[in-house]
Amino acid sequence: MAAFIHLRPTTRRRLGRWATYVLAVVVVVVVALPVNWPEIGRLFFNPEIAAKMWPTVVTVALKNTLIYTFAGFVGGTIFGTVLALMKIGRGPFGAFATAYIEFFRGIPMLLTIFAIAFMIPIAFPGASQLSGVVGGVIGLIMVTAAYTAEIIRSGIQAVPPGQAEAARSLGMSSLQTMFWVVLPQGFRIVIPPLTNEFVMLLKDTSLIFIAGLMVTEKELTTFARDDVSKYFNATPLMVAAAAYLVVTLPLTWMAGKLEKKLDPKR
Amino acid sequence: MSYLVPSVESAQPPVVIRGLHKSFGDNEVLRGIDLTVRSGEVVCIIGPSGSGKSTLLRCVNTLESPTRGSIQLLGAEVTDPDVEINQVRTHVGMVFQSFNLFPNMTAIGNCTIAQRQVLKRSKAEAIEIAKKNLTMVGLSDRMDYYPAQLSGGQQQRVAIARALSMDPKVMLFDEPTAALDPELVGDVLAVMRDLAKAGMTMLVVTHEMLFARDVSDRTIFMDGGVIVEEGPSATLVTAPSHKRTQIFLKRVLNPTAIDDSELGETEAD
Repeated sequence: MAAFIHLRPTTRRRLGRWATYVLAVVVVVVVALPVNWPEIGRLFFNPEIAAKMWPTVVTVALKNTLIYTFAGFVGGTIFGTVLALMKIGRGPFGAFATAYIEFFRGIPMLLTIFAIAFMIPIAFPGASQLSGVVGGVIGLIMVTAAYTAEIIRSGIQAVPPGQAEAARSLGMSSLQTMFWVVLPQGFRIVIPPLTNEFVMLLKDTSLIFIAGLMVTEKELTTFARDDVSKYFNATPLMVAAAAYLVVTLPLTWMAGKLEKKLDPKR
Repeated sequence: MSYLVPSVESAQPPVVIRGLHKSFGDNEVLRGIDLTVRSGEVVCIIGPSGSGKSTLLRCVNTLESPTRGSIQLLGAEVTDPDVEINQVRTHVGMVFQSFNLFPNMTAIGNCTIAQRQVLKRSKAEAIEIAKKNLTMVGLSDRMDYYPAQLSGGQQQRVAIARALSMDPKVMLFDEPTAALDPELVGDVLAVMRDLAKAGMTMLVVTHEMLFARDVSDRTIFMDGGVIVEEGPSATLVTAPSHKRTQIFLKRVLNPTAIDDSELGETEAD
């Protein structure tokens, strides 16, 4: 013990580091040894099953997931911006925006999608022929707007007040100031949380199944779950997981690039 | 409905302030200001911090809304809610202590955005005017730079060019050199001096006593929300008649020589 204490600090640190590595390897081996790898491979990573999913997993499932995500994100961001502007302004609109945001953030998205998808055809008899998926996407937009509204409001309020003062002193109206000066800078500030929202939304499109999907309307998770029952094999879930990552990883990388590109301190 | 186009050619002075009061909550910052700036006149406002001089300037184009009193700006009563304030502001340039350039636009972009959106000038015309003004402030080689790529002095000169691109009839300067490194102050002051020589009507809040003395026609000393003394700049800066003005100027012009007895007198005053 005394000898260990008298080791040189560099030696002591190196020994400590190697001890951690060895410990980590031991833990992994101890967990991995008893695993039934052949069964895992057959049931979760089965190339034959994966091959059967091709190409519909991309041409239908991934395509639909992306369509629902983009529709939800674009619609939600536009509506969310309107809500943010309403909330910043005073008066009855601000109260409405606050109530809306608190309401839709406070209930599970699954319930909103379900309720909207089944209410629309009853509320508007003219829309009874509408596919359930349309109501589902509207539900996505409504919930996403509640989240993006708060993100965008924080971005708008993070722009220094001197920016708006400069714009107003040049004779720009409050609307022009918002549109040309404040919003562009506010959006740049909130690129990271908006990217986060996009990734969350991408995964939340799996909830749209509750609206009732036709075969051609299935998104990744529903598609994979149906294939799981069809083949009595969990490989489709792994394929779906890989498909989600194929979208999210490049996306977050690109968002990082965009953030750097728009950085005013370049 | 009075839809007011500022009457630039009117005989009335461009800035006429009468009985201006401004309070922030219980804190009364301006306590009755009367001030007239004639066409082509350069007026400097000096005074200790907290004296209300920046607030006065910001009230002129209603970035702060006055609590009481009247402000005639280019013939328009800006305290009247029915006045088209955006239209009045179009003709009144403002330069800020912290520059407030739009960081996501180049120097040219900063100088064209309001021309395009407010004056509805064509892109070519706006760029031409922006280039003319950027060249005038000595930045012909920095037109495509972003604010973050420019020094403080260059940024402030872009801000002046941005204001000038709107063809203002009056320019308001709110401590334009206070945030600059000492060696960059001269470039900005030189631009302002040229502007004054060209006949621009200017209202300048500043701590640059030599600029006030040499460039402005009239200097105003403010303290405690009122105008303590005003007069021709040469007289006011070099031979002020009020005790408070004398003490302030002595301390500003010679910061290391503070006399305690004088300090006591100010507070008793």
